[in-house]
Amino acid sequence: MSVDKATVARIASLARIHMEDAELERMVPELNGILEWVEQLGEVDVTGIEPMAAVIPNSLRLRDDVVDADPRTGGGRRADVLANAPVAEHGFFGVPKVIE
Amino acid sequence: MSNYRIQGATGEWEVVIGLEVHAQVTSNSKLFSGAATAFGAEPNSQVSLVDAAMPGMLPVLNRECVRQAVRTGMAIDAQINAWSRFDRKNYFYADLPQGYQISQLYHPIVGEGQLLIEADEKAGIPEDKIIGIERIHIEQDAGKLMHDQHPTMSYVDLNRSGVALMEIVSRPDMRSPAEAGAYVRKLRAILRYVGSCDGNMEEGSMRADVNVSVRRPGEEFGTRTETKNVNSVRFVMQTIEHEAMRQVDVLEAGGKIVQETRLFDPGTGTTRTMRSKEDAHDYRYFPDPDLLPLVLEEDFLAECRASLPELPDAKRTRYTDVLGLTPYNARELTAEVETFARFETLLAETAKAIGKDEAKVATQVANWSLSVAPGVMKAIGDEGDPANATAAAQASILAMADKGEISGGQAKEIFEIVLKTGREPSEIADAEGLKQVSDTGAIEAAVDAIIAANADKVEQYRGGKEALFGFFVGQTMKAMQGKANPGVVNQLLKDKLG
Amino acid sequence: MTDLTQLGVKDIRDGVRDGTFTAREVAESLNAAVADAAALNAFIVTTPDHALAAADAVDAARASGETLGAMAGVPIGMKDLFATNGVQTTAASHILEGFTPRYESTVSQKLWDAGAGMLGKLNLDQFAMGSSNETSYFGNVASPWRKDGSNQPMSPGGSSGGSSSAVAARIAPAATGTDTGGSIRQPAAFTGICGIKPTYGRCSRWGVVAFASSLDQAGPMARSVEDCAIMLGAMAGFDPKDSTSLQMDVPDWEGALSADLRGKRVGIPREYRMEGTDQAILDSWEQGKAWLKDAGAEIVDVSLPHTKYALPAYYIIAPAEASSNLARYDGVRYGLRDLPEPGSGAGASGSGLQDMYAATRAAGFGDEVKRRILIGTYVLSAGFYDAYYTQAQKVRALVARDFERAFEQCDVILAPTTPTASFPLGSMNADPLTMYLNDVFAVPASLAGLPAMSVPATINADGLPLGLQLVGRPFDEQGVLNAGLAIQQRAGFAAKPEKWW
Ligand SMILES: [Mg+2]
Ligand SMILES: [Zn+2]
Repeated sequence: MSVDKATVARIASLARIHMEDAELERMVPELNGILEWVEQLGEVDVTGIEPMAAVIPNSLRLRDDVVDADPRTGGGRRADVLANAPVAEHGFFGVPKVIE
Repeated sequence: MSNYRIQGATGEWEVVIGLEVHAQVTSNSKLFSGAATAFGAEPNSQVSLVDAAMPGMLPVLNRECVRQAVRTGMAIDAQINAWSRFDRKNYFYADLPQGYQISQLYHPIVGEGQLLIEADEKAGIPEDKIIGIERIHIEQDAGKLMHDQHPTMSYVDLNRSGVALMEIVSRPDMRSPAEAGAYVRKLRAILRYVGSCDGNMEEGSMRADVNVSVRRPGEEFGTRTETKNVNSVRFVMQTIEHEAMRQVDVLEAGGKIVQETRLFDPGTGTTRTMRSKEDAHDYRYFPDPDLLPLVLEEDFLAECRASLPELPDAKRTRYTDVLGLTPYNARELTAEVETFARFETLLAETAKAIGKDEAKVATQVANWSLSVAPGVMKAIGDEGDPANATAAAQASILAMADKGEISGGQAKEIFEIVLKTGREPSEIADAEGLKQVSDTGAIEAAVDAIIAANADKVEQYRGGKEALFGFFVGQTMKAMQGKANPGVVNQLLKDKLG
Repeated sequence: MTDLTQLGVKDIRDGVRDGTFTAREVAESLNAAVADAAALNAFIVTTPDHALAAADAVDAARASGETLGAMAGVPIGMKDLFATNGVQTTAASHILEGFTPRYESTVSQKLWDAGAGMLGKLNLDQFAMGSSNETSYFGNVASPWRKDGSNQPMSPGGSSGGSSSAVAARIAPAATGTDTGGSIRQPAAFTGICGIKPTYGRCSRWGVVAFASSLDQAGPMARSVEDCAIMLGAMAGFDPKDSTSLQMDVPDWEGALSADLRGKRVGIPREYRMEGTDQAILDSWEQGKAWLKDAGAEIVDVSLPHTKYALPAYYIIAPAEASSNLARYDGVRYGLRDLPEPGSGAGASGSGLQDMYAATRAAGFGDEVKRRILIGTYVLSAGFYDAYYTQAQKVRALVARDFERAFEQCDVILAPTTPTASFPLGSMNADPLTMYLNDVFAVPASLAGLPAMSVPATINADGLPLGLQLVGRPFDEQGVLNAGLAIQQRAGFAAKPEKWW
């Protein structure tokens, strides 16, 4: 499978990265080179093999349902959450107006 | 079979409905962080670094959310998947800090289940119907965007970001707005019985994505639209009515239905295309590498099962088969958690106060609960305080009535005073003279006097005019100022009149 | 008096504890060395006050007779992928420029708790994507090493190139690194230092800017195996905030170090004899076998048949995870926000939210990051997921199974770390693929989550260092460290870059 400029444009748009025409054109051969190379994986016989689900065989630990048990992962820290916001007003993050 | 049909210009259309209900899981903290879930907090005050998707933050799963989803699955007889996993659903939106929602696509925690909606002739559901449930999965809620606070900006509040949701996905098994309404109500009842969701639709604890398509009866499914986040039973029904009509109009005009996401406008009762999500169809789901497979151990499952309460269908059956209630009463009493809880408490108290089995007094208690007590409350309105209507007080009234100490009318009068004052029923009965006389001597004297004073009527009665019996009862009661036990009066009159 | 900048972790720690010198003296020396080495561009920001404050706390603790931590008095460099409370954290990207977290990563916190201080935040490849340290928004990092008789600036490797450069240049006794597909081991090999990536899950990922979650692991970079053992001990440990964190005790790696390999079998994977590998590397590999044999080990041939496919699988899995992990950089809550000019290009409809995302990410991410996000987005997109991602995860399972089988025949695997020595900055940028191939020997262990280390072995004909790699069973960092120690003792690697900066 290889990508053309329109495909790269669609992918860039899905990834929300604005790209000018020249950049899209430059990306086409680069991405195709990488894709062509990774497609050698198709050679591998994977009959009966399950995709890896956990790097080190393990299952999920569960957390107790306690509010703010650890301040590092709890709420009640609005100032910290908003501290780096490009726009914050009245305790909210501000973004360009959205029309739903 | 539902016979709901839309009459188009070119003939009949059938509507096909599937619902994806998002139910907020009852938990203190969020699905993957320790921030609180309480409703109505200050903006961004219940947001952890994890919920705000700060760089390097990681999710850790809340056990209670898993437990509630499993219990819910068990309550709809569903397959519980001992091995499940979380996937990322990738899309960009300002209410989605991570740029993806952690959800479950490939391996949900709960598989196939089902739910029964009951026949309701009046609503157009002629018989009981099973609605298939495809799956329940756990996922994160998004934050909230506010568009009307600033002329050029939208504001983002992440308090809801990361709150646990169960998405309960039905099969496209519903065929009318009424069936969809009944499904949502029944699902809500089950969730509330189980305690896995408070079912509070006004606060957004339950929302439905309504999938609607139309077809000619018997033909293949048509193209569907999905109307997002409809937050009441009535709106779900309106969405279906409007959307089905719209689709029929489009099709009959020779058009095609576009598979799309729509929004319901409660003001107009109509739906419209949702512009902001137009291009979000490629979600690039893949297993969340920050989380490992979720494996449920046998003892965890056993605890979930053991902690399940009696569910609506089982309760309804017990009410009719064991307690001997009418199907109508059984359905009314089991529809809501609060209703059956009050009923069962009062039933237990009353049975104890009377000293009889619950089954023996259940019909009285049911009638009291569904008609007598609500009638009194309604009649006196604001003058009464419902808090005064304790189970103990009501049981005491029912017990006095059962023993013949008070009449039905007196029971209502006493209850009215209880509601207004909170006084003890037995004290009220004594102090206000609201008691029946069961003393045979006093009643006998009254009966004798009436027989003596109405010799002609006695003659006619004995001659076969049995309808006069009521006259004697009335006269006796009048003489007793209405306080005689009617049973005793009847018996004495029968004995004496021969 | 000794030049304190020449001392490693163990020597500083012991010297401070014994009162040979104070922690403040060490911090001052290293702060000065850092300030003097701006030409390396190893640091994005320096934090001399942090180093001094930590040193003073250690000196005070010592004065009051308290037991000192495992890293007491050791000032280190912190890769700028670890969130540091109140100190800018950028992942070497423009999109995070100015971002100052109000939290501390678990690993950095553990190091501070052990008595370490911070000299500064180290440069790296942007979002750890790169193998040469040429993708940083804050400029290339130069290796302190140069080819004999040349002034050409050389690559310190990547992505932990600021770390490798600083440690090799003796402006930091040790530094943190992160390894996703070789990002600790390859730069360590390029600069003649040691670096170990522990078993996946040993070090918490909480507070580390994510590149590819299923692969990312933090680890120490230092100038000796002992120093790595000490520092890894301070960094590792169970963290309930990371669901993939291993719930296991941290062994006393330093205490159990032993170069006696009698009874151990060392596996030599035949598939690692790849075309394009420098002869000097192959020679050093042979040398490594001899050293380990000398330490008492038995050398056995093993096979890792899917080695060839590890790198392409990695270049599907890592970009796929990255495309999703980097979605949070959207200009809403932190970092760069770019609003397109109304009426220009794609932003013609005004500065809507989606336009803001596209403009912010276009301006904030570098080329390599964009390339990988696009690859990742593509391989996950509708219709391609199974062919690419699922297939890659199956191949990954096979790569892991290869190791499992190999470890039935051996205790530790010896291989080259890289196919070549360091290369001049700017020499490998024509085709992204050639750069990717640099990690061909490092990536398989990453895919399998195994502990792996690079130790310096020899110097090539150009006077550049070469490293050897040791890969162990899951949780067997000790076996890796011990084999590394055996090589270190026999290699006697003493070469140092000449100071030109
Ligand atoms: Mg939906
Ligand atoms: Zn959902």
